[in-house]
Amino acid sequence: MANLPENAALRRTLALGPALAIIGIFMLIPVIIMASYSFLEAKSFGGVNWVFSGDAYVQLFYERMLDDSLRLSPGYLIIIGRSVALALVAMVCCLLVGFPVAWFIARQPLRQRNMWILLITIPFWTNQLVRTFAWIIILGRNGVIEVPFRWTGLLAPEQTLGLMYSNFAITVGLTYTFIPLMVLPIYASLEKLDFSLVEAGADLYSSRWETFSNIIIPLSKPGIIAGCLLVFIPSLGAFIQPDLLGGGKNLMLGTLVQFQFSTARNWPFGSAIAMILLAFVVVFLMLYARASRGSKSLEVH
Amino acid sequence: MTRIQPAATVTPLHPAAPTAVERSGGEPAVVLENVCKTYGRGASAVEALRGVSFDIRDNEFFTLLGPSGCGKTTLLRALAGFEHVSGGVIRLFGQDIVDVPTHKRPVNTVFQSYSLFPHMTVSENVAYGLRRLRRPADEIRTTVAEMLQLVKMERFADRLPTQLSGGQQQRVALARALAPHPKVLLLDEPLSALDLKLRQAMRQELKQIQAETAITFIFVTHDQDEALSMSDRIAVMSEGQVQQVGTPTEIYEHPANRFVAGFVGDANFIEAEITSPIGAEVTCRTKGGLDLRANGAKARPGQRSVTLFLRPEKVRLAPKGQGTVDGQVETIQYLGNACLMEIGIGEAAPVLVSERMADVDQPRRAVGDRVGVVFDPRALQVLEE
Repeated sequence: MANLPENAALRRTLALGPALAIIGIFMLIPVIIMASYSFLEAKSFGGVNWVFSGDAYVQLFYERMLDDSLRLSPGYLIIIGRSVALALVAMVCCLLVGFPVAWFIARQPLRQRNMWILLITIPFWTNQLVRTFAWIIILGRNGVIEVPFRWTGLLAPEQTLGLMYSNFAITVGLTYTFIPLMVLPIYASLEKLDFSLVEAGADLYSSRWETFSNIIIPLSKPGIIAGCLLVFIPSLGAFIQPDLLGGGKNLMLGTLVQFQFSTARNWPFGSAIAMILLAFVVVFLMLYARASRGSKSLEVH
Repeated sequence: MTRIQPAATVTPLHPAAPTAVERSGGEPAVVLENVCKTYGRGASAVEALRGVSFDIRDNEFFTLLGPSGCGKTTLLRALAGFEHVSGGVIRLFGQDIVDVPTHKRPVNTVFQSYSLFPHMTVSENVAYGLRRLRRPADEIRTTVAEMLQLVKMERFADRLPTQLSGGQQQRVALARALAPHPKVLLLDEPLSALDLKLRQAMRQELKQIQAETAITFIFVTHDQDEALSMSDRIAVMSEGQVQQVGTPTEIYEHPANRFVAGFVGDANFIEAEITSPIGAEVTCRTKGGLDLRANGAKARPGQRSVTLFLRPEKVRLAPKGQGTVDGQVETIQYLGNACLMEIGIGEAAPVLVSERMADVDQPRRAVGDRVGVVFDPRALQVLEE
């Protein structure tokens, strides 16, 4: 009887066992492998030599000159900066488009809402690669957008609007791909919103904008934050969109990682970039944890 | 408790409201002229309001009473601006407000589900309307304190609504709606979610707060006791139309028609034919062949077939043979302070009698007892058709 508490603790640990095993095997171990590879020496044709080396991280910031001296090189920093910037822009675009969509769906009669949600998720059923290729047909040279300009003679045959293979095209691709991830959590928040609170706001002299900013936004904050994270994190690491729509000249972190493991055969460097990516994600998740603590009082409701 | 002076807090005047909208003695607070509201279109259209017209006086506790679906809530929402009426005119202190948006109407609402902002504390909720009206910070602070004191919630100023009981949330909702000192306060069945004792206490308090703030209250309820105990005047509604507007006494004692008589309190209805000339008192012969003297004040000249109306507590019981008519007790409901009995007198329906249990040595009735039933000719009224 006396050792019952230990017994209970043991049983609790055993009950958590499967979950801990899954987290350990599928999440922790890969991260450890990645972290250790990033500190090893690259073999010439892929793989690693088991020799400790900080070269991968040095390579991120410095260029090794012929005389073995190091020179600060902004190349990779620019790619990191561009990745964060494009992911943020895509996130904002998703929010600007996604919020009204989520509001619209949440205001539909109960029975029609599920149909709208289904329509939002339908693109997920098709291959992402194919859907991204579709944007080339829309944005590209002689694409859906350019053709009317050519017909009307506003665009000479040798000219192009230059929509494709640009940061703009990448942003469009990222926004398009990840917008359902913004709509769904915001919808989940707005659906729970008691509409009489909106009436109460108007009743207490709030204009539409004041009702929106003082009542609707704070009450849907958990959904907005979740949506932003769900869009930002995969956008940061995306490689299909920058590869296909950016044309390989506007590299992002995801493309760079893919390039290191496939073409460049520099596994430690690829791992190091992936670690940088992970660091960004962790920072943003911590910001999220902080923000959701602030709105915890709402979840009690 | 401090008395809130209407002059001390300036009434919320917004740019759209003409400054002529001031409180003046005789002017009604609200004038409704032929207000209509139709939902939907074509065959599935539902008429929620069918030409509602009446006035609500300034500084009045006015109740809209009726069964669910009678249009009372629609009317309240039209006053608040949540619904746009399909036709008619709504005047607020002389100004037509039909096309004034909700946030520009100097009217506040106490919602049925309270609808407190869950992300704001009690005092932030109460301050909300004042903030939107861009009142100075120190004025907001004093008004919020005053309002919380008025509803006895000053100890809870920093709580969140989720940390309050239903009754407390109710008080905060009231304070929040009163804080901007609206010209008219709308209350949408605010007591319906409270338990009986709390509801009865709140009735007295609401009435008192109305008198203290001198704001016109428009109160929606389906509970006749609430309506009778609190109101200065009542509008009884049914099927989108106003059936009668009057003081609680007028409504209860002299209902305009059968609907009002039946909805507000219990009532006996006896079908009869007038056999005497029309006058203050008429003689009627019932379907069962009974000759009764009745109050003919509302009988039309030349009218013969009428419905007689009688409240159960206006009927007195006497020993057998000493009443207007003899009858037999058919059912008894013991209510503690009174007994509700059905007494068969040979008419289509038995007479409903409420006998107060006031005397210690009052005879106990039993089913099957034969008693005399005394009708007072003044209480037995000919109903308006």
